[in-house]
Amino acid sequence: MDILDLTAVELGERIRKRELSALEALEAVYGACRARDRNWNAYAAFEIDPARTAAQRAQALLDSGEAVSPLAGVPVGIKDNLNVRNCLTTCASKILRGYRAPFDATAVRKLKDAGAVPAGTLNMDEFAMGSTSETSCYGPVRNPWDRERVPGGSSGGAAAAVAARECVCALGSDTGGSVRQPASYCGVTGFKPSYGRVSRYGLIAYGSSLDQIGPLARDVRDCAALLDIIAGPDPMDATSIPFPDTRFLDALNGDIHGLRVGVPEECFGDGVEQDVQTGVEAFLDELKRVGAELVPLRLPFLRYAVPVYYILATAEASSNLARFDGVKYGFRAERYTTIEDLYTRTRSEGFGKEVQRRILLGTFVLSSGYYDAYYNKALKMKQMIMDGFAEAFRRCDVIALPVSPTTAPALGSSLSDPLKMYLSDIFTVPVNLAGLPGLSVPCGFDRRGLPIGAQLLGASGADATVLNAGYAYQLATDWHKRRPEGLEVSGNV
Amino acid sequence: MSERWETVIGLEVHVELSTKSKIFCACSTEFGGRPNTHCCPVCMGLPGTLPVLNRKVLEYAVRAGLALHCDIDRETRFDRKNYFYPDLPKAYQISQLYRPIARNGYVDIGAKRIRIHEMHMEEDAGKLIHSEYEHETYPDYNRAGVPLLEIVSEPDFRDSAEVLAYLEKIRSLFTYLGISDCKMQEGSMRADVNLSVRRAGETALGTRTETKNINSLRAIEHAIESERSRQIHILSGGGAVVQETRHWNDDLKTSTAMRSKENAPDYRYFPEPDLPVIFIGEDFLQAARDSLPEFAEERQARFVEQYALPPKDAARLTVRRETAELFEAVVSRGAEARHVANWLIVHVPHVLKTLSENAEDIAPDPSELAELIRRTESGTVSRADGLRVLEALLSTDGPFRVSDYIRERGLSVNNDESALEEVIRRVIEANPKAVNEYRSGKTKAIGFLIGQAMKDLQGKATPATVRERMEAALET
Ligand SMILES: [Zn+2]
Repeated sequence: MDILDLTAVELGERIRKRELSALEALEAVYGACRARDRNWNAYAAFEIDPARTAAQRAQALLDSGEAVSPLAGVPVGIKDNLNVRNCLTTCASKILRGYRAPFDATAVRKLKDAGAVPAGTLNMDEFAMGSTSETSCYGPVRNPWDRERVPGGSSGGAAAAVAARECVCALGSDTGGSVRQPASYCGVTGFKPSYGRVSRYGLIAYGSSLDQIGPLARDVRDCAALLDIIAGPDPMDATSIPFPDTRFLDALNGDIHGLRVGVPEECFGDGVEQDVQTGVEAFLDELKRVGAELVPLRLPFLRYAVPVYYILATAEASSNLARFDGVKYGFRAERYTTIEDLYTRTRSEGFGKEVQRRILLGTFVLSSGYYDAYYNKALKMKQMIMDGFAEAFRRCDVIALPVSPTTAPALGSSLSDPLKMYLSDIFTVPVNLAGLPGLSVPCGFDRRGLPIGAQLLGASGADATVLNAGYAYQLATDWHKRRPEGLEVSGNV
Repeated sequence: MSERWETVIGLEVHVELSTKSKIFCACSTEFGGRPNTHCCPVCMGLPGTLPVLNRKVLEYAVRAGLALHCDIDRETRFDRKNYFYPDLPKAYQISQLYRPIARNGYVDIGAKRIRIHEMHMEEDAGKLIHSEYEHETYPDYNRAGVPLLEIVSEPDFRDSAEVLAYLEKIRSLFTYLGISDCKMQEGSMRADVNLSVRRAGETALGTRTETKNINSLRAIEHAIESERSRQIHILSGGGAVVQETRHWNDDLKTSTAMRSKENAPDYRYFPEPDLPVIFIGEDFLQAARDSLPEFAEERQARFVEQYALPPKDAARLTVRRETAELFEAVVSRGAEARHVANWLIVHVPHVLKTLSENAEDIAPDPSELAELIRRTESGTVSRADGLRVLEALLSTDGPFRVSDYIRERGLSVNNDESALEEVIRRVIEANPKAVNEYRSGKTKAIGFLIGQAMKDLQGKATPATVRERMEAALET
């Protein structure tokens, strides 16, 4: 058996038992990337030297008995928007071409402290803006289940790499579904923690009030093990929240007897592909079979989520991305006359189309005369959505719904119609607006053989409850163990 | 031209807070330093960094707000002010627009009340250094992230004297609070002037301009006078003042238009998502209230009352909190208040001047200063020696005991009574004419005799002691 078919926890166990070293695990990942990644383009860069250094340090921690994490020695892919000290960190954007982070993101530092090994940076939609991973300056990522389809986005590289056995597990980021949706399209497990659970320090911001770092992995156990490492309040992030300390991996017991699972009627029916609906309904049946109680819900406010999200996220993005001006680091236009000209040319040449579109949208909704009509109204709606969920969680413990109304669309079919692409975020963005934990688990395949994902949500702070529900499901099913065929065949590129 | 005009002025004052570290990171706020050496990823705005509020800044801001009689917002928060400029690393300034920390305050200058519209916290920008040799500009981010308070007044000023008195008052309040040194020359206090004029008797406000880049009190006076004349000239000629921002050039003593209202940037303020709302609890507020010092005006009144000082002296002693506190400390150690006042107002500044030291840099031991003043004023040490000891005490020689110093250098006249007796006896013998004049009622003649004795004593006795002994000797 290929060690890259192991889960991260299994691989960690073998490393602890000295069946292989941290360095050997890293070399296996690096080898797979070298040999096969031209098929999927899942990696933005794989700088092997710093990864080897990290692996050696991890091995030393293991040898001295200091590394106690189940993931000590395990390589972890890192989305290209997380700062890894001295490594390229570019958000898949030309404007950050060649930029090397001078410090580790808190989540990355915690990985290193736990003896896990940051290994390679993963491709993504430019600045995490997109649902297809096609807007990267490194070219589109492809779906390991079907090369002509997108892997989802924005953490598409992470999801594809885990699915294609080019890495064991990864850290992505989720602003409006960017962990959960690609996990769903690629048949892997992805988790967005409660807002504030994981420090955002070192995550290059898209929408600051919505961004959250989250794991993508083979199964719920791996996600819990990663969360154990990266969670916790951080003095460097004023928005991190001191939730009561939980050992997420230890908390998984698979017992969901009496768990009340809310089923929002808005999320089943019109606009949802038949196969997706069938798959998620089977998911609900399975939860019921293993002891959960289904509670019908109405969440009428969900239909406001997409416009509210695109106002708030783009407003924050227009400000967050203003610092990329060609003055201090990254790309600068070659020819310019005045300082204004330097800004204009650098940003016009350095940002891709989708990023420019969202910066313009965000700039517009914040401009004088429109602020109240858009931004302020959206803030009020956000509060309404939070209140709506809080109300719903009085009647249930978790909420189950599809991750996306469809399975992975064909390459090139989404960008031509951005509005359609935005609307497909309907089931993921409300979760970010309300700051809730959200889990995406594979729950079947459509008639074309593409993975379907089911989503479980919890109240803010109820991350362990959500993970345990997903774990109970994975104990009873094996969708998460399915592997795309023909991974070893080198594609024609 | 005989029309009478009224000037209406509002002020936006920026004050740099004297916290040790910056507002959102741990970097030093120290002035100077080689370019870009007091910086870190956070204040350079590198991708992925986040601000974390320095609690000291909040504490200072609340105390400042209370000193300005403002309402403190119990749910204050930060906003982003977006604009592009190379000295602004994130391309936005973290400031406060929607929920400033303080509102609705006032400052009294004499009998006049200046209302404060609001006061808020924000971060300073860096500065640009233009190369003299090449066509290049370099940003220096040492100042980026230094905490500022901006105090926005209502348009309550009518002339530059009021403006200066107001700035002086803020300086006094903030230095008493110990939250800023408020030095305009070093840029730790800056003021923008909003000014309009109207014909006397009119109640509606005229169109105003805002003048920036004013870096001294003198410049404020000039800038106000210049802008006032410019607007009156326009209006008298039937023209209209354009609402605009103007840039003061202190060398030319004139301002030029920077941008009009139409070209004013749209800052697209919105709540800073990286910093949560700050809830100010009653305990925090009460602690801030309790920490407010007795300010200059109250203290001045008390000095007049308690120490029977002339109001003018009390005013001079209370300009700086340190001086006022030193005064009371010395008095409490047994020196007489009017003597201490005299020393602190006259002698200390004089000695500091000869030493070219700053008053801020010295902190003499109050007990030793009390000892010195007592000895000198009682005449056991001559005034000339007393001042020499003061000089030693204020110079950076290090601490010493005044009594030891006097003994070691033989400055005290106490222990050489016989020498004094001897000299007086000799002077009386050698000057019978003056002695007779004195004894026949021309008491002024004693001055000559004292002078002779002082010459013989080579300054080793105080004139007061010599006079006392001389009178006694002449009586017998
Ligand atoms: Zn700093």
